[in-house]
Amino acid sequence: MNWKENIRKATTHISQNEVLLFERSSPGKKAYQLPPLDVPEVDPEILLGEQTREDLGHMPEVSEIEIIRHFTRLSTWNYAVDHGMYPLGSCTMKYNARVNEYVARLMGLAEAHPYQPERISQGALLIQKLLREQLLEITGMDAITLQPAAGAHGELTGILLIRAYLESQGNPRKKILIPDSAHGTNPATAAMAGYTVENLKSNSAGMVDIAALEAQVNEDVAALMLTNPNTLGVFEQEIHRIADVLHARGALLYMDGANMNALVGKVRPGDFGTDVMHLNLHKTFSTPHGGGGPGSGPVACKKLLEPFLPVPVVVTKPDGTLGFEYNRPKSIGRVRMFYGNFGMHVRALAYIMANGPDGLRQTTEDAVLNANYIRKGMEGSYDLPYRTPTMHEVVFSDRLQAPKGIKTGDIAKRLIDYGFHPYTVSFPLIVPGAMMIEPTESESKASLDMFIEAMKDIAKEAEQHPEIILEAPHNTRVSRLDETAAARKPVLRWKPQIEPGQEAKTAVAVDVRA
Amino acid sequence: MRYLPKSESDREVMLREIGARSIDDLFSTIPAEYRLKRDLNIPRAYAESEIVEFFRQRAAESAEGYATFLGAGAYSHYRPVVVDSLISRGEFFTAYTPYQPEIAQGTLQSIFEFQTMICELTGMDVANASMYDGSTGAAEALMMAARLTGRHKSVVASSVHPEYREVIATYARYQGMPVATIGYREDGRVDLGALDKVIDGETAGVLIQSPNFFGTLENIAAVGEIVHQKGALLIVSIAEAISLGIVKPPAEADIVSMEAQSFGVPLGFGGPYCGVIATRDKFVRQMPGRLVGETRDRNGNRGFVLTLSTREQHIRREKATSNICTNQGLVALMCCIFMTVYGREGLKELATQNLAKAHYASGEFRKAGATVLFEGTPRFNEFVVQTNTDPYIINDKLLEQRIIGGFPLKRFYPELGSASLWCCTETTTKASIDAAAKEVAL
Repeated sequence: MNWKENIRKATTHISQNEVLLFERSSPGKKAYQLPPLDVPEVDPEILLGEQTREDLGHMPEVSEIEIIRHFTRLSTWNYAVDHGMYPLGSCTMKYNARVNEYVARLMGLAEAHPYQPERISQGALLIQKLLREQLLEITGMDAITLQPAAGAHGELTGILLIRAYLESQGNPRKKILIPDSAHGTNPATAAMAGYTVENLKSNSAGMVDIAALEAQVNEDVAALMLTNPNTLGVFEQEIHRIADVLHARGALLYMDGANMNALVGKVRPGDFGTDVMHLNLHKTFSTPHGGGGPGSGPVACKKLLEPFLPVPVVVTKPDGTLGFEYNRPKSIGRVRMFYGNFGMHVRALAYIMANGPDGLRQTTEDAVLNANYIRKGMEGSYDLPYRTPTMHEVVFSDRLQAPKGIKTGDIAKRLIDYGFHPYTVSFPLIVPGAMMIEPTESESKASLDMFIEAMKDIAKEAEQHPEIILEAPHNTRVSRLDETAAARKPVLRWKPQIEPGQEAKTAVAVDVRA
Repeated sequence: MRYLPKSESDREVMLREIGARSIDDLFSTIPAEYRLKRDLNIPRAYAESEIVEFFRQRAAESAEGYATFLGAGAYSHYRPVVVDSLISRGEFFTAYTPYQPEIAQGTLQSIFEFQTMICELTGMDVANASMYDGSTGAAEALMMAARLTGRHKSVVASSVHPEYREVIATYARYQGMPVATIGYREDGRVDLGALDKVIDGETAGVLIQSPNFFGTLENIAAVGEIVHQKGALLIVSIAEAISLGIVKPPAEADIVSMEAQSFGVPLGFGGPYCGVIATRDKFVRQMPGRLVGETRDRNGNRGFVLTLSTREQHIRREKATSNICTNQGLVALMCCIFMTVYGREGLKELATQNLAKAHYASGEFRKAGATVLFEGTPRFNEFVVQTNTDPYIINDKLLEQRIIGGFPLKRFYPELGSASLWCCTETTTKASIDAAAKEVAL
């Protein structure tokens, strides 16, 4: 061991070595205490008979301080928006305001039971009503449901609305057209709604090829699922012609609203021919991404689709109070129990209130300004496969670095060393070696400058010292994990290590699965 | 705007750098006729203090500080303070899906721990990183059974949560998956005879819930025998996760679909909650949703990664097992922390308290003159009460005492007339049970 490693060891905090909970567990430790029972005790064996559970296997036994330290240490191994720029394209990793978290935890909202009587739920219902109204104004649509739990769930809801509408016209049709630049959720959604998927090629500007669209839309096509701006960050300039081509042949336009952060306050999808769309409250409306959810995917639509919206919908009753309406015979039914991810509705409304019309417009302008600034700063160092004007995100490629054996995934790993979360790697699929960068409005000029500087430095390293990039990241706790091995022989849960002829390492010997 | 980190001069410098004259240049690709030339018609920007005041008022209008007997798929359990203090760390809640494992080990390891604990509790081999909720999870589990068996029909017990069944109907309609419903008998359990008749050679999966919507435990072994005899798969939905502390896990299940809301997730007017699917090792490749696996890094250190992603939409597109992408990450973390706080002994103690409270309540209700249905069948923390008076009238009287009564069942089960479903958890006090017993006697 050389002296440098000794320095490293001395500066490495214990948090670098947090084990699994199960490895911290030992019998008799606990982190809970229940109050004394105020009713007579029961014997579970008498009440449950042979369904009584004997033991809980290897569930952990740890104290409260160990729990706090365990999860606090784990948290320090994450990169987050709170640390710095998180330019994951298509994910809109913007600032998550603390006041949103605060209000969502107010007792009357956090503890409201979904089946409590409507007359003591008026506050929660008003939040949903206001959010609906404001999202409709923002999208320029006519009707909306807040029920879907995430973007992909919203897509499914939207396509089911289209299907139900077309069925009511006599023919549900067979196909959904999806551009080759689309998110994977789009084709997966179409399949779940019972449609086959037909690919639509993009033109050289990265946009929908109108001639190809004209050729492909026929009586079998139910809808086009279009992300706008698309995944290249390009606004579909001929959006209204696209809508016209579809409408002329009885098909509808579904807009994937994943990239709505480029449009809010500047243009409304309802005004340019969209029939139905979803919003990602966890992207555009700042509800936190939470390490992978919860999201929320409201679906807004035009009048013609309104009768088919999921039940229930919030209505104002004759006495002026708010309530749920269930009697909607044309509805596609429910897509989720209760009323959606209400906690996210609270946060999204708080976000809109904090911004107002001026703030929302400025937010969109700053998001687009930031993406263009990055584009300008990185041009020359990286290949820009589509030169079409950029909205809120920009897609470069690794074409200039690839000859040195350096791929987009390697550059991403090196970016970690520079203190940034990587961009989205290898997406969209129409760009080989894609680097999809979405800074959002939450970055200052100084942080954008640092990011651009880092990307330029990496481009230089690719020329001069490619091995630095190929072995990155250098300063993380773990580096280049073996994903192939993980998939070949999956280890998806912890198990006690049992030496031959011995009991389990922990004191608990009985495996409930045996 | 206080969330935006730029001054006007920053913006000017940046525009100049880009070579744009004004911000409008950057929006020039949007055809002029569609550009919004007015302010959005929404309220002006609010100060933070105004936002807090607005939501405080809404909270005050929403049943603040009531005792409740409502369960029916959403359960009121005490949430240890550490749950919220830990998930409030920005490192957790402002991160996203752990696509870059080097800087997401916190999220990845906690999901791995979540998966492990769900396996321990359900007796399954493998659990995913979460689904949206119990209802969509149940629908996806049926679709998974269809892929596994190559068959296309489903059977669902009417004692499964009615809103789960509505969601299943929506999902199944366009999957070419007919869904047959089987009823319950006087003991509040699945009608085994009817089940035996309805399953045929095309039945892929049979879904039951235990404890079921009435709170009674299904005879899972008997159901499993019938289902497996016909080559179908048994899916067991668990809506009240705390039951796993004292009720045997469904050993005969091929797939378990859980709603883990009871594990420290606020009621929150119905969401966000935390679905999860668990199954046998041999079925994992048809499982929907994300999975975290253990591996090594290039230096031989243990680490965790998202794995088996070839099942998923971003790789398989229309051939994926599901379209699910974003799931319920932070809510799964809540559940993970809650399960750790109570652990091996605490969950059992907690579940036993639930059992005791519900047992006391059903006894008091019976003594007061109400009829408790499905008596004699084991149940967990919910029970069905038949009253002479319409339950809405009883509930009105209880509301005056700031008590929310049981869930009237007529809406979903008209055949049960004036019956209602009551839930007691560790938070239900003897005093409120005694107060409710007086009203149900009417």
